[in-house]
Amino acid sequence: MKTKIREILKTTGKLPGDVAALADDADLYNAGLTSFGTVELMMALEEAFDVEFPDTMMNRRNFASIAAIANAIQAIQSENV
Amino acid sequence: MTSLARLADAGFVTEAPTPAARAEAERAMIAKARRIAKIAAEHAADVDARSRFPQEAFDALKQERLLGIMVPAVQGGEEASLSTIAEICTALAQACASTGMIYAMHQIKASSLVVHCGDDPWHAGFMTRIAREQLLLASATTEGGGVGGDLRSSICGVIRDGDDFTLEKEGCLISYGAQADAILITSRRTPEAPPSDQVMSVLTKDQYRLERSHVWNTMGMRGTCSDNFSFAGRAPARQIIPTPFAEIAAQSMLPHAHLLWASVWYGIAAEAVARAEGFVRGEARKKPGSTPPGALRLAELLVRLQQFKGLIIAGLDRYERVRGDADELSSMGFVVAMNSIKVAASESVGEIVSQAFLICGIQGYRNDSPASLARLMRDALSAPIMINNDRILGNTSNLLAVYKHDPSLSR
Ligand SMILES: Cc1cc2nc3c(=O)[nH]c(=O)nc-3n(C[C@H](O)[C@H](O)[C@H](O)COP(=O)(O)OP(=O)(O)OC[C@H]3O[C@@H](n4cnc5c(N)ncnc54)[C@H](O)[C@@H]3O)c2cc1C
Repeated sequence: MKTKIREILKTTGKLPGDVAALADDADLYNAGLTSFGTVELMMALEEAFDVEFPDTMMNRRNFASIAAIANAIQAIQSENV
Repeated sequence: MTSLARLADAGFVTEAPTPAARAEAERAMIAKARRIAKIAAEHAADVDARSRFPQEAFDALKQERLLGIMVPAVQGGEEASLSTIAEICTALAQACASTGMIYAMHQIKASSLVVHCGDDPWHAGFMTRIAREQLLLASATTEGGGVGGDLRSSICGVIRDGDDFTLEKEGCLISYGAQADAILITSRRTPEAPPSDQVMSVLTKDQYRLERSHVWNTMGMRGTCSDNFSFAGRAPARQIIPTPFAEIAAQSMLPHAHLLWASVWYGIAAEAVARAEGFVRGEARKKPGSTPPGALRLAELLVRLQQFKGLIIAGLDRYERVRGDADELSSMGFVVAMNSIKVAASESVGEIVSQAFLICGIQGYRNDSPASLARLMRDALSAPIMINNDRILGNTSNLLAVYKHDPSLSR
């Protein structure tokens, strides 16, 4: 899942640096993720993983790193089964 | 007596005040503010006519020590709740909207320090000074050169010079800039940083020069003396707040600004309704036995005022419940809620004052009658443009490609 998230980050979110060089727990906001970029990223993630982030999960922490995003998506997926 | 209480009695530990003692202290602050509101009311017409700073009210606020009440107890403040501060803003604004707005803007600046700087030695020391010396804080976020109301974008940047930094900012609109004891000012982290990579710095009045470029000559909120200035300052680098301004803007400034502005505007609306009530009571006494025609409109106005009150109370309640929860404070839902409160409140105040005109008629339209609504209307019209509502709605609209509102009643 983290590989797929990384792929998405390469094309959405407008990160200025090299996404491949980011550690799983690297802070995406420090890497240049803006609030507008976050919206774009959420859209792409919802599409790619066929999930909907509920209002309660749309906060800074859940999109702060590749690992955090993976956790958030897993949490939604496990609720849906 | 518990052993802790005995130690406290002997002066070894200071016990936190009980909830009852705290509530009592907060009621006392509100009572003081209501007394000061009478002073503000006495001078409101002159403050408005001459577009001058409400000095008498602020002398009294300093005297009664109401400027440092947001400061935590460890720094010598009263640690008042946001609801108490909001109530004070409302009370002052009923008497003189400019006084209420200056008080609100001062407390919004204090919130940046209180929420983000408790662990930082210089800023903690400065908070102690705010409480002890009752310092008045102003804000310089606006900038010339097309930045306007986009607070999350700066042109100027901090320039390091040894242990100091220098900062020059052009065309800032700074309410009561000339009267403030310190200014909290935004800029880029360095001159080369992107416009949104901002920091906020605290400079005391001995550390900057202000050159007035434009005088505040407006329809309303005339006592805020929001002149345009060029700012040039130099201070030790430790006065730059370590938390990035992005975080300050989202987590503390957004809720404090929108809730306290809304409380000021509610004060204006409440005063307009009070004047309409006075007018209707007067009419009722002229013709006992019949309900004056304006009474129906007044009943309608009370509905609007109740809605407005509910809006602010729900917002204050939501903030107080989540104030320690960074996840909730940074959530889209919270941002949308706080933005919606600003837009709704700023529209309500104008609508309520203009409805009051229908009740008071020509007596409301006059400048010299007890039912005059003229100053209230002029003050109310600043609300939708104090950070333009279209800009705020624009910010919310950027989230709507993914945002889904929470349909629950209690969150
Ligand atoms: C009583 C009062 C006191 C104030 N005190 C202070 C103070 O102490 N310190 C301070 O820094 N500032 C202060 N301000 C200024 C305030 O922060 C805003 O900067 C100001 O209200 C916005 O002014 P503006 O209309 O020039 O700018 P803008 O917000 O830039 O609006 C300009 C025009 O752009 C349009 N617009 C709408 N949406 C957008 C968008 N998304 N992008 C671009 N343009 C858009 C609007 O229709 C508007 O007509 C104060 C304002 C008031 C009314």
